[in-house]
Amino acid sequence: MAATKKDVLNFVQIFDQKMEEHRQELTDMDQAIGDGDHGINMNRGMKAVGEKLPTFQDKTIDAILKGVGMTLVSTVGGASGPLYGTAFMRAGMAMKGEEELSAEDIGKMFDAAIEGIVSRGKATTGEKTMLDAIVPAKDAYNESIASGKTITEALTVAEKAAWKGVDYTKTIKATKGRASYLGDRSIGFQDPGATSITYMIQSAKEAGEKAGK
Amino acid sequence: MKKFINNVENVENEMLEGMVDAYPEYVKRLPGLDVIVRSEKKEGKVAVISGGGSGHEPTHAGFVGKGMLDAAVPGAVYTSPTPDQILEAIKAADAGKGVLMVVKNYTGDVMNFEMAAEMADDIETAEVISNDDVAVEDSLYTTGRRGVAGTIFIHKIAGAKAEAGANLADVKAVAEKVIANVRTMGVALKPSTVPAAGKPGFELGEDEMELGIGIHGEPGTSREKIQPANAIVDHLLDKIMNDSVDYSGSEVAVMVNGSGATPAMELYILNKRVHDVLKEKGIKIVKTYVGNYMTSIDMAGASISLLKLDDEMKELLLAPADTIALTQD
Repeated sequence: MAATKKDVLNFVQIFDQKMEEHRQELTDMDQAIGDGDHGINMNRGMKAVGEKLPTFQDKTIDAILKGVGMTLVSTVGGASGPLYGTAFMRAGMAMKGEEELSAEDIGKMFDAAIEGIVSRGKATTGEKTMLDAIVPAKDAYNESIASGKTITEALTVAEKAAWKGVDYTKTIKATKGRASYLGDRSIGFQDPGATSITYMIQSAKEAGEKAGK
Repeated sequence: MKKFINNVENVENEMLEGMVDAYPEYVKRLPGLDVIVRSEKKEGKVAVISGGGSGHEPTHAGFVGKGMLDAAVPGAVYTSPTPDQILEAIKAADAGKGVLMVVKNYTGDVMNFEMAAEMADDIETAEVISNDDVAVEDSLYTTGRRGVAGTIFIHKIAGAKAEAGANLADVKAVAEKVIANVRTMGVALKPSTVPAAGKPGFELGEDEMELGIGIHGEPGTSREKIQPANAIVDHLLDKIMNDSVDYSGSEVAVMVNGSGATPAMELYILNKRVHDVLKEKGIKIVKTYVGNYMTSIDMAGASISLLKLDDEMKELLLAPADTIALTQD
């Protein structure tokens, strides 16, 4: 069953709640290896998105995603603003004109979002960034869909892969972003960006569960 | 946390209001935006703008004025400003000859300024990225060196070049020349507290110092027992002078910059040693700045910057400037 506009709005709202809930956790993580504001910034950005949600109700899915992206770009700041903003905007652009999202469409959104993050951040996997969570999540999602799983089942597998990616970030040193200043001293710490993007995937999964899709 | 604040959410806003209230002869705020511009725009020149997280005051808004910046874009505390705000600064500052963006090398700052430049398609923009912090290893495998207090020399020198009527390419070229010739290293004695975080960004023992500290409290090169001021200066100068700029026999500008909670008294003590060491090495100091130029909220600490001058940079450094935080005839 395809995802509807209502499911997309639901996903955004759940992600907003999760950023509120995990604000301190993400900030503490960022204090260890970054500049200690990731949770604060993501919470501020998603709160602004949440406040705009009522005005998104009448928009198309692609416009909603672009609206989320623009709002994040203009409210989050730091590196996360352009990265999350570009990810949502590109995902929206990839879904132009779609009234519903098939399982394959969601795979395409993953691809577009990742391409956006890569081009904006000039990073690749293995550098201790959000890519280390979202790239394996995308691969796991696509495999599940190809083997006939539902959207929610595939997102469940994707979330597991993303958490595995988060664990992997603990074992490597950062070569991008502020944590790269630490060099080897960044080993052992979990990447806050990989963690927050895993909460985003978790939000998508929960929206799927709620819709029973 | 013990601070003069009303509400952590409103720190940046109230600070900007207070600054504009204090210095209407220098700056004004674009209505509804976090952008500070000169109170009187000068037409027909290249505009020089800069920006970055708040918490580094007087950087950057304190350097908006004659001979330095045309606009500053302060973000949230220790957080890059967003592209929509930077775009408005570009539009407001542009006086028909293009806009040079002076960006410190942090992932967020670089991305947000790049996005803004992409959005400002009908205005000619150029960008320089400062990376003067010798504490960070400069390699292909990192984000590269951080931009720190040496950036103020770019504001001063590129600002003077623009004020003199140079075109965008020449203003950018002199900014690049400053970047190639300025090196900085810092040290912290006490961490800073971001108001919204409510607690210090890192912990440092009563008898410890962090050498090579970043301006947002990023870790430095090592943590050691505190030493006498002269030994600390010697260590910082040693790192700076053994980096890639050959200072021997040259003329330099010096900046001894305070991190926010270090008294001027201690900065002058550091400066005395800087002068003694450079004199002994036969390096001529043309101009010295001692004070809080690029702070880190309430961090106790300091940084030393050395800029190797040539005739062009020397003339522009000594040119007049009239801003809130730096005025010279």
